[in-house]
Parts: sequence; structure tokens; C-alpha cells
Amino acid sequence: MQWLIAQWELIPPELQALIIVTLQIVGVMLAVIVIVAFLTLAERKVIGYMQLRYGPNRVTFFGLRLLRGVAQPFADVVKLLLKEIIIPGVSSRFLFLLAPLIVLVPALAAWAVIPFAPEFVLADVDAGLLFLLALTSMGVYGVIIAGWASNSKYAFLGSMRSAAQMVAYEIAMGFALVGVLMAAGSLNLGAIVRAQMGGFLSWNWFWLFPLFVVYFIAGLAETNRAPFDVAEGESEIVAGFHVEYSGAAFATLFALPEYANMILISALTATLFFGGWLSPLQGYLPDGNWLALSGFHWLFLKTGFFLFVFLWVRATFPRYRYDQIMRLGWKVLIPVTLVWIAVEALLAWLRIGPWAA
Amino acid sequence: MLVNILFWIYAAVLVGAALGVILARNPVHSVLLLVLCFFNAAVLWLLIEAEFLAIVLVLVYVGAVMVLFLFVVMMLDINVERLREGFVRNAPLAALIAVIVAIELGYVLWVRRLGVELPAGTAPLPAGHSNTAEIGAVLYTDFVWPFQLAAIVLLIAIVAAIALTLRHRPGVRQQNIGQQVAVRPADRVRLVRMKSEREP
Repeated sequence: MQWLIAQWELIPPELQALIIVTLQIVGVMLAVIVIVAFLTLAERKVIGYMQLRYGPNRVTFFGLRLLRGVAQPFADVVKLLLKEIIIPGVSSRFLFLLAPLIVLVPALAAWAVIPFAPEFVLADVDAGLLFLLALTSMGVYGVIIAGWASNSKYAFLGSMRSAAQMVAYEIAMGFALVGVLMAAGSLNLGAIVRAQMGGFLSWNWFWLFPLFVVYFIAGLAETNRAPFDVAEGESEIVAGFHVEYSGAAFATLFALPEYANMILISALTATLFFGGWLSPLQGYLPDGNWLALSGFHWLFLKTGFFLFVFLWVRATFPRYRYDQIMRLGWKVLIPVTLVWIAVEALLAWLRIGPWAA
Repeated sequence: MLVNILFWIYAAVLVGAALGVILARNPVHSVLLLVLCFFNAAVLWLLIEAEFLAIVLVLVYVGAVMVLFLFVVMMLDINVERLREGFVRNAPLAALIAVIVAIELGYVLWVRRLGVELPAGTAPLPAGHSNTAEIGAVLYTDFVWPFQLAAIVLLIAIVAAIALTLRHRPGVRQQNIGQQVAVRPADRVRLVRMKSEREP
């Protein structure tokens, strides 16, 4: 141990910082991937119980009856990794293999600016909110390229739908974020969380409720989840943009980003509208009470709740028709955000509510 | 030192990708190479600590404009060979334009610099410096009228584009989505209470 510390001291400080940051990045990435694995299980279980069935209940660790079903994600991963990767003969081979990576990288890179705890964020970027918006808008390229490179009509239709849908909902999402940054006066996510201090009624959702609803709906659409999953549309266009993908290329590169994006949108909703790592009882309980202390566990709980809502929505609503999706995005969500931004500006001008001080 | 190395690497990729845009045989590949160009330009901006501009470049051009470009280009079945027929014929004109652009660039970069002492590179900014706040402060004070004017020009462009593409044809059967959404279960479904029948 002594020897290890001595060796560590010998490394130049720049290199030390580099090693620490790299370890943090790897840690966050591994955590996201493990959560993704168990989220797939949670999804099947939650939807199963909502539809009065059991969901996965066979695969277990060490034959323990108590853990039935818990090892299902690992069985799935092994199965998918061992399957053959089929590349269509007349596809654009390079783009076909590049597309999944383009979906995956932004889904993981966006975690760099999320403030996990009061003192822990990987990159304290000044324009963190813009960075997130830019990264989430990248994912659509993977979908479009996948559909085009597959050289298949179903895949192409799926990617066309996905492109139009994402462009439409990104605008609504961007406007919802404009409201958040108006409330916080900063683009830095840490500053946005700190601006919401003082119990759950001073969080952004209270004054920005319409924007919160719009953001969450746009988040559902951005992640291509039900009821906005027309890009996949099993019943109409087989599996949409990933119809030609198989094995590891499908699993690690389309299933993984979709779930990683779900976690990201949930964590962002918690951060932007529900106070991130702040405790909801802050200000209601005496200082120092353990329930009033801020910390990572609150962000974890809030994110978990929104993930549950994602699954709940999927189990509840039928798929939107394509023209209705467009109508909702352009004619309902965008006007709502525009009106509420104006209302918010008026509140700030008249110094009402959180802008009183 | 490190910044210089990074600059040359990204600048080289930028120039390579820009050449690829015009040399690629497939238009979709051209669009994707243009996306790569924008990314590298954004990184060059990051290197001079203009992070707001860099992120906005990626957000607006890569995230929105190029997606629509790709959307259109993918749907067109462009015959590249036919597009290249006029290449030799138009080459002299293109070369002339290229030379004029090069001279103009040279004038801006080199001739007008005579007598002006430009610092090599930019000085590192202080730690608490907010690029975003600074741009906002200038944009909404000194340049507020040009900014609003640009917004109005864009609005006119949007309205004009919609007006050009919007066509009303008589006799077309359309769905009235408002009506469809407003439908309640009671309008379509009649619930009937009946006693269960016993099996004979």
C-alpha cells in the first residue's frame, strides 16, 4: 500500500488528473451500461405485471429461486453476442457498420455534463445545456444512415419517419429548455440545479409545468419509444431502420443506445425540472435532518421514477399514427412552449413567483 | 504546443473532408463528409475557447440543417454521371471563380494585415469567463437591431416557403384530425348490458 502511494506520487500531476478523469468516465459508463441491462429486465417485468402476466421468470443466478428472472439480461447479452452479424450484400458496408456507433456515442457522451451530486460532474461545461441539445440531435444520424445503408425499403421508410419526427420534436424540446435557462439564468446544469434550491415547490416544474410536460413528451419521441415508435413500427414496416441488423450489431448498438437515451432523458427531466440532486424536503425539515440533505440518491430516485413512467406509457398507450405525431409536434407542443415562454418572461418582468427576489 | 498539434490535425481533417464533399461520387457520402467538416470547424472554435459558437454550429448545422439535407438527398436518385457531363465545359468558369475567391481571401488575410500587429494565437481566458453571457450581452445591446432584422428576414423566408408549397386542390378528401381527436368513446361504441347465457 505504502509502495503504491509512493508510486502514485511519482506520476506528474497532469497525468494524475488524466488518470482520475479517465477512471471516472469509465465508472460512469459502466454504471450506465449495467443500469441499461437491468432496465431491459425491469421493462419486461413492469409491463408484464401491468398486462397481468409474469415477464421473465426462468433465468437465475446459482439456482436461487429468489432471483428468478434477474439473470435474464445476461442471458440475452450472451445470446445476442454469439449470433452471427449479417451484412446485406448490396448495402453500403462502411456506413452500415458506422451507423450503430453514431447512435451509441452521443448517448454515452451526453453523461459528461450531468451533475450527479453537488461536487461530482465529469465536465463542468459552461454551455452544458446546449452541449446536451447538440448531442441528442446527433442520434438521428445513426438512424438515418442505418436506414439508408441497409438498402432495404422497410429500413428506408423507418429512417424517413424517424428523421421527420426527430426534427419536429427537437424544436419543441429546445423551446422547453429555453424556459429552463430563463428560470436559472445559466446554461450550466449545476447552476440550473442550484437555482432550484428550497424544497419541491421551488423546483422548476411548479412554474414551468407546461414546459415540463412538453419536454417529457418530446423526450419520449426523441428516444423513439412508444407511443412514438413509428420508426420501428413492427406492425407496418417490420422493424423499421434496424430490420437488417442482427446479433451484436443490433444488441449493443441499437438496444443499448435506446435504453441509455431513456435513462438520459429521465435524468435530465429530474435535473432540469425536479431539482436534480436536491432533496424535496429541504426547507420543510430542520437543517441537518438526513431527509433534507442533498445527494446523489435523490437524483437516482427521481430518475428511477421517470424511467418507470417511460415503461408505464409504453404499456398504456397505442402507437400514434404518423400524421397525428406531426400534428402534435408542430401544432400543439411548439405553440404551448412559445406561449409559456412569453408568460414566463412576463412573470419575470413583473417579478412574480421565483423571480420576486 | 498541444493546442497547435490539435489545430493542425483537425485542420487537416477539415480540408480533407471538404475535398471529399466535392469529390465523393455518391451525394449521400458528400453530405456526411460535410457533417464531418462542420464538426472539425466546431473543434477549431473550441480550441480558441469560443465554446458557445462551437456548440451552436454543431446544434444548428449538424443537428438541423444537414439532417434535412440528408433527408432530401437520400430521396433523390441522382445520376452523378450525367451531372459530370458539363464538368470540362464549365471548368474554365469555375477556375476563374476559384481564383477570384482565393485572391479575396488573400486580400483579407494578408494584405489588410500589413501594419496591424496581430498576436500569434489568443491569450487564454480567465477561469470564470462565460462565452455565452458575453455574446448575449453584445447581441442584445450593440447589435440588437441587426439581430431583430435577421430574425424578421428569416420569418419572411419561412412564411414565403410555406406559401409557395401550400396548395389547395378542390375535391380532395382529407382527414379532419381535429374531429378525429375529439371523438369520445360514447360516439363510436355502444355498451350493451346483457345477462350471461348458460351453456345448453
